[in-house]
Amino acid sequence: MTIFEKLAEIIAEKVDCDVSEIKPETKFDSLGIDSLDITEIVMSVEDEFGIEIEVSSDLVCVSDLVNKIEELTN
Amino acid sequence: MSMSGIMSFSILGTGMSVPENIVTNDDLSKLVETSDEWISQRVGVKERRISTTETAVDMACEAALAALENSGVKPEELDLILAATISSETICPSVSCMVQKRIGANCMAYDINAACSAFLYLLETAAGYFARNKVKKVLVVGTERLSKLLDWTDRGTCVIFGDGAGAAVLGEGSGYHDSVFTVVGGDEVIKIPNYIGDSPFFKGEAEPPHIRMNGQETFKYAVNAIVSDVRHILVNSGLSGEDIAHIVPHQANKRIIDSAAKRLGIDYEKFYMNIDRYGNTSSASIPIALDEMNRKGMLKRGDKIILTAFGGGLSNAACLITW
Repeated sequence: MTIFEKLAEIIAEKVDCDVSEIKPETKFDSLGIDSLDITEIVMSVEDEFGIEIEVSSDLVCVSDLVNKIEELTN
Repeated sequence: MSMSGIMSFSILGTGMSVPENIVTNDDLSKLVETSDEWISQRVGVKERRISTTETAVDMACEAALAALENSGVKPEELDLILAATISSETICPSVSCMVQKRIGANCMAYDINAACSAFLYLLETAAGYFARNKVKKVLVVGTERLSKLLDWTDRGTCVIFGDGAGAAVLGEGSGYHDSVFTVVGGDEVIKIPNYIGDSPFFKGEAEPPHIRMNGQETFKYAVNAIVSDVRHILVNSGLSGEDIAHIVPHQANKRIIDSAAKRLGIDYEKFYMNIDRYGNTSSASIPIALDEMNRKGMLKRGDKIILTAFGGGLSNAACLITW
């Protein structure tokens, strides 16, 4: 499973939608995800990947977070 | 830390005091660009009490007298008064010394600064005096006039906080059990600069004396704190979530409590919440919650209750008490 697929699962569970609705270019706010939801997603990502991510306002779309995870897991 | 064989304490009574003035989200939307919907959804506050005349000492005294009456203890029976505050009107005298004078007690008194975790520090400090048989009756009170520390042009912070005080009277007993305290020192996430002074010799720069907070990092710290501290208390005490009657978290943000409850997998109904009516009152939030629960008859003798708090420092703490 790729990083994107794992992340899509986490997001789909958080917002209770179908995983197919989540694309790399999907913007968080288009899913009704606010800054605290992003923080919760980041926390789940941290647990899943065993990394620590600083939460910042530059996380706009799903691929932003994928890039951050790739940076920290490589 | 098992207290078996060592004197601990039980909570004999509780009290609270909040300013009369109610400020709603609609009131705030006239001051800053915000809305009832935004505040309700992001923070969970509908209204808060904001002082027009009441001082931190006034509220502390009213809460203290209510707790004394509720416990049937007279002021002159007190052996120790401990107060927690970050927002009193004077640095000296301390709130606890002013409470001592006003309620007519004649015991030692001092304040503790541990921001939003402070009520837990009051209990832990009191437990040490009980363990050494130095005291029989102790008054603990958290009081805050946080409205004086707010930047009323910052919609990110001024909507969150409120003013108030909560108190408890402690007497010899066996109702205080395990506790856990953590400090991760740093000023990056939560900071309230103090008055810098006007020394002609000091070269440092003044900062506005307002609450500054990184909301997302605070959220993360707080959720992790509640989850790890509650788990620690349960494991150490050999208890499961089902054995716990109530969890009383510091009322900082409804979303923090929601997220922690979900992660812990403990029945949501066990988490007491009143942030919708008072906002975040820092060191006063847990004793205010306890007093409401006490007066509503929600607390039964023998109930196991976990108190859990987190805040500036950064610091977090939790304890297990039996009602």
